[in-house]
Amino acid sequence: MDTATGGFIHRQASHCESGVMSAILRHHGQPISEPMAFGLSSALAFAYLPFIRLSGLPLVSYRMLPKAIIRGLQKPFGFAMRTETFASPEKGAARLNDLLDAGQVVGLQVSVFWLPFIPPDFRFHFNAHNLLAYGRDALTGDYLVSDPVLETAVRCPAADLARARFARGALAPKGLLYYPANPPREPEWKTAIPAAVRKTARIMLHTPFPLIGVKGMRWLARAIGRLPAAADAQAAKRYIGHLVRMQEEIGTGGGGFRFMYAAFLEEAAPLAQRPALAALAAELVDIGDGWREFALAAARMIRDRDPLDPARLAQRLHAQAAREQTFFAALADAVRK
Amino acid sequence: MNVGEVPQEGNATHKGQRRGVYARDVDGRLRLVLSKGWEAEEIVTRQAVEAFEALAAAALERARLGKSSPLEYHMYRARMDPVLLAQASGLWRWRVRRHLKSTVFAGLPPALRQRYADAIGITPARLETLD
Repeated sequence: MDTATGGFIHRQASHCESGVMSAILRHHGQPISEPMAFGLSSALAFAYLPFIRLSGLPLVSYRMLPKAIIRGLQKPFGFAMRTETFASPEKGAARLNDLLDAGQVVGLQVSVFWLPFIPPDFRFHFNAHNLLAYGRDALTGDYLVSDPVLETAVRCPAADLARARFARGALAPKGLLYYPANPPREPEWKTAIPAAVRKTARIMLHTPFPLIGVKGMRWLARAIGRLPAAADAQAAKRYIGHLVRMQEEIGTGGGGFRFMYAAFLEEAAPLAQRPALAALAAELVDIGDGWREFALAAARMIRDRDPLDPARLAQRLHAQAAREQTFFAALADAVRK
Repeated sequence: MNVGEVPQEGNATHKGQRRGVYARDVDGRLRLVLSKGWEAEEIVTRQAVEAFEALAAAALERARLGKSSPLEYHMYRARMDPVLLAQASGLWRWRVRRHLKSTVFAGLPPALRQRYADAIGITPARLETLD
């Protein structure tokens, strides 16, 4: 799982942005896990954004929007992330090369579609993938790339990386690259962890906007309930298949973010000296399993192993919303000042 | 999810790559476990791929009959739709939709063909053909 090349160590992670940020922090002397990066940046969330369309279907996210982890770790680690975007691929490539030549490890936002090392069936026009460049082959110009969702580090031809960095469309990366402007230092665990957890509970329960958090789940459940299963089965199947894809591929699998946040709570409990957090991790694992069951039920309907029944999926989603509401209320209690 | 429950049934769309998920180990702690993938994910991934394959096949058929341009076929082959192609090429949607017609496409100047070819990631010569 770990591969070392030129001082940089590739380690596989579950999710791209948390994987990239934990790798950057590790590289700069702060040995933190992926779940810790995810939890400390308050990245867990739920958002149903029907006005952002991917292939005509709504954006559903099981975490905060892209860049939340990059930005959210600055305060606890007391450092600044420098982010740069570019007007042209040439400028973007020149800047990346300069940084790499200076020995920097650089985070990049890219479109999955243009990455040759991603399996063909995964290559859709999804623009908010993250990976790291940590060097360049002087002879071929290939970049040495650490994509956290892969088992090993890979190489990427310069032309492909340029296309991926400058893909257009929803969430266009515009060549975004990022790196620490000053060295990170160890967080004050006893204050940083409760603050991050409070923020997550607040987002899930009290965002004054009905498409975010538990309210967003209910809103989505109602949208699923309205799907025309009888009139247009194909369209309904496409919609629910899309939801599961957002959860599985882009959301790291079967409520993967819920499992990751549970791992964070477990790790955070002794550091913050709040044992109640570890006890809550178990409940969140169960909720993650509920998301897995939702995905499985949807997939079975898509392949006609079970009759297509959006109302039943909507019911499951309402149940998940109710469980998460109880869970995050308990979580908020556990970190009350 | 316990470590033993992490799906290992294999997912053809992964092409042998394994993905990391967090699961509960025998000692009760959560840790990263590599998964070969599970069927539910394979079903929805294939569904999305097949939707584009069906669109491309239909466009190919129309293009062979002269009812549509090769541009439409190549657009769907690249897993794009008119909205995304408009964003990727920087052209207005209504122009993209119009250019999908075989008669309009036949009269497109080389500069526009180049622009579409770049957006789709193929050569302008290939954009004229149906392979």
